[in-house]
Amino acid sequence: MKLTLWTYEGPPHVGAMRVATGMKGLHYVLHAPQGDTYADLLFTMIERRNHRPPVSYTSFQARDLGADTADLFKATAREAHERFKPQAMLVGSSCTAELIQDDPGGLAEALDLPCPVIPLELPSYSRKENFGADETFHQLVRALTKPMPRTAEVTANLLGATGLGFRHRDDVTEVTRLLALMGIKVNVAAPLGASPADIARMGQAHFNVLLYPETGEGAARYLEKHCGQPWTKVVPIGVGATRDFIHEVAGLAGVSPKVDETGLRLPWWSASVDSTYLTGKRVFIFGDATHAIAAARIAATEIGFEVVGLGCFNREFARPMRAAAKAYGLEALITDDYLEVEHAIAAAAPEMILGTQMERHIGKRLGIPCAVISAPVHVQDFPARYSPQMGFEGANVIFDSWIHPLVMGLEEHLLTMFREDFEFHDEAGASHHGGKADLREINVPPAETVVSAAHVDTAAPSAPAQPGEPVWTADAERELKKIPFFVRGKAKRNTEKYAAERGVTNISIDTLYEAKAHYAR
Amino acid sequence: MSLDLPAKGCRETPVLKERGQREVFCGLTSIVWLHRKMQDAFFLVVGSRTCAHLLQAAAGVMIFAEPRFGTAILEEKDLAGLADANTELDREVARLLERRPDIRQLFLVGSCPSEVIKLDLHRAAERLSAIHAPHVRVLNFTGSGIETTFTQGEDACLAAMVPALPATQARELLLVGALPDVVEDQMVDLLTKLGIGPLRILPAHRFAETPAVGPNTVFALLQPFLGDTHAALIRRGARAIPAPFPFGEEGTTAWLRAIAEEFGVDRAHFEAVTAAPRARAQKAVAVHAETLRGKSVFFFPDSQLEIPLARFLARECGMRPIEVGTPYLHKDLVGPDLDLLPEGPVISEGQDVELQLDRQNAAAPDLTVCGLGLANPLEAKGFTTKWAIELVFTPVHFYEQAGDLAGLFSRPVRRKAILRAGGQIGGAA
Repeated sequence: MKLTLWTYEGPPHVGAMRVATGMKGLHYVLHAPQGDTYADLLFTMIERRNHRPPVSYTSFQARDLGADTADLFKATAREAHERFKPQAMLVGSSCTAELIQDDPGGLAEALDLPCPVIPLELPSYSRKENFGADETFHQLVRALTKPMPRTAEVTANLLGATGLGFRHRDDVTEVTRLLALMGIKVNVAAPLGASPADIARMGQAHFNVLLYPETGEGAARYLEKHCGQPWTKVVPIGVGATRDFIHEVAGLAGVSPKVDETGLRLPWWSASVDSTYLTGKRVFIFGDATHAIAAARIAATEIGFEVVGLGCFNREFARPMRAAAKAYGLEALITDDYLEVEHAIAAAAPEMILGTQMERHIGKRLGIPCAVISAPVHVQDFPARYSPQMGFEGANVIFDSWIHPLVMGLEEHLLTMFREDFEFHDEAGASHHGGKADLREINVPPAETVVSAAHVDTAAPSAPAQPGEPVWTADAERELKKIPFFVRGKAKRNTEKYAAERGVTNISIDTLYEAKAHYAR
Repeated sequence: MSLDLPAKGCRETPVLKERGQREVFCGLTSIVWLHRKMQDAFFLVVGSRTCAHLLQAAAGVMIFAEPRFGTAILEEKDLAGLADANTELDREVARLLERRPDIRQLFLVGSCPSEVIKLDLHRAAERLSAIHAPHVRVLNFTGSGIETTFTQGEDACLAAMVPALPATQARELLLVGALPDVVEDQMVDLLTKLGIGPLRILPAHRFAETPAVGPNTVFALLQPFLGDTHAALIRRGARAIPAPFPFGEEGTTAWLRAIAEEFGVDRAHFEAVTAAPRARAQKAVAVHAETLRGKSVFFFPDSQLEIPLARFLARECGMRPIEVGTPYLHKDLVGPDLDLLPEGPVISEGQDVELQLDRQNAAAPDLTVCGLGLANPLEAKGFTTKWAIELVFTPVHFYEQAGDLAGLFSRPVRRKAILRAGGQIGGAA
């Protein structure tokens, strides 16, 4: 047993739902208790789908437990087929049904339905959502795809985009455009937008583009083995990765890697002098392995940040993640416990976090700017506007979305610096324009009270210190507060470390600046 | 005041009982609001990753505020042998209580997986109570989908508390059901002005304020989904005051009147206390009733609030209920509401969601009250919907919220009209 509050991933049957909901003409019959339909609202609310997920639930209740549940499953599968007339069906169990050990595959086979029925074995107590999606797609491809003659023109399949995927919709569009620039057509993009009939004709593509290893690698490997289709290893997120991807594709397709880059603006935006202040900003990166590894490369080589932490929540990709982290001289953080992530972030004291919804909230708590780079995400990260992560437009989107919170950070810092200002103090309200502001009396400088208070407690330390802990004089403490809030924690720790190493027990302004000089990079 | 009963209410209407796919939440969802109410309680679900994922989906943004609930996720090794699961649970509980010394009550909440493997959480609660007494009391209830639907989780929780309540001989009024604080304060204020007391509330904000119960306790339910709690209180000798539920001006007045009569409050005093808030409530509802009058409404089952709400919409807003679906129908509890609901609608209990959607489609109601899994798909088909969960989280009971309650239903209707007129600024709405 493990006490959990936040989960980065849902159970594996939610991964199967992501495949089914992304597709058309497919229906999933899920043996599950009443209540498991909650997952529908991930699709209808977060992704704002305008139809119900194509999932029928058996909704068994306590009184059904016993022989009844198998009949319930059969009735549900039969009715679902009659009502929806799908081209193919998936059948499987949720975590509770896994315990009662009805066999959805066997039961469905006995029904002899007039369409392919694909049984799913998704171990709920050891695996998670991404595994569920990858395995479901793999089983679909296994059941429906056969080797076929290649298309006359050069074509590729796009693998791995699903329902509820972070920016999958626009990534598919962007990569399709990118391939079109090279004269390559997309044969089938799956699971997102495909039907079982489309899956059946995947064998005719010349090669496969693996967009998301988390949800498509099983299928890519199967297709390589059984249809002889090679697959791309580079995920085109970032300028460098996109160029590498283009070269890889050019090699696979035997075409020219020269493409039009006129729409690409990240390199110039990043080179312009306005971006100089980004140099060496300490960034902590966490998410699914694919997005986190891609983000680290962009951060380090295209924007000029310093990567001070890198990790992922999906253990399946621990090996590539460790290798990637090593390149930045880091130990990868592989965990699905958000408290561990929070500790790691606090210890690294970054100036920015690139992460998931959870890291966004950790950032809020620690007062560190954050941008979202990976699922799990919330409704605001399924935007109405075109916002891919992949390709050249994806690079533009990434530059904007990462830099905005930092600009906001500077803005907040400036406001904090001027908070004792007669126009910008805390009670002044959101704007000092338009006569709304409650201006401070200029003739009575508030500094006076501060000075007199300071005079009183300069002699005595502000709080009784633990034995062995350094004591900040009031002057030094005030000086510390003048340091921008997002590096204040680091400055405090460095100073205390510096003092401890030298046996200094009273930290004065001088100690603070000596430490600063000592740690200057 | 006398309530003008319809010529024929719905108490004797035959109930359409259905079984099939149910598009509802399980009882675990109740934890999301219960933990806000009980400030020194922690709710520990013993379940699967699915349970944790559900709580995350239902709690939305709240989950980041260090809430007092969590899930002990069963792993493969827990399923291998049962003795092990108990040791594991004890260890996790000890770790949790060490980290959160402010916790005084711990609820072990059963889930579908824990019930199917027959993990005895009742015994676990007794064992853990003994270990962690006297600082922490450990109770258990089930929030599993196989046993409970949505708000029934609150019922299961409160019913589990009843046997543990201290005994009393005092004649006290016990108010049962978790209400938002602002609403609870208004209720206490009204009852106090009527001269009724002493008042006790279940669930109490803190363990130290736990109410007592005994043969002279009378109690009034604040929510229609508290069937087991109702029965458990009666087993302790307490007596229920039957009343319609306090939604809208009429519901609130009828509810207060039933209690006032029990406590012998004279009519003049009752009128004096309630006249002003009643007038305010009527005025506030009237604004929204203009939008809602004559419109038809269809309820999918969700929270058991459907019957009292249909009564409010029919009588105070002039709406026409077509079907009122409820996950469970406790006739003893919602009987007074059924009496007031004018004959006409289909009353359905349980669900086969596909068949119910067929009926909804055929009826083409002006407003459909349903869960979030159905709302957007129905909107996409051109229906106007009101998502039901909001009715459980938003303050909607008693006089001052009557206008807000009507507003929850009128807003989607007005919104549809605004968007239809879109593009024609100042144009034909």
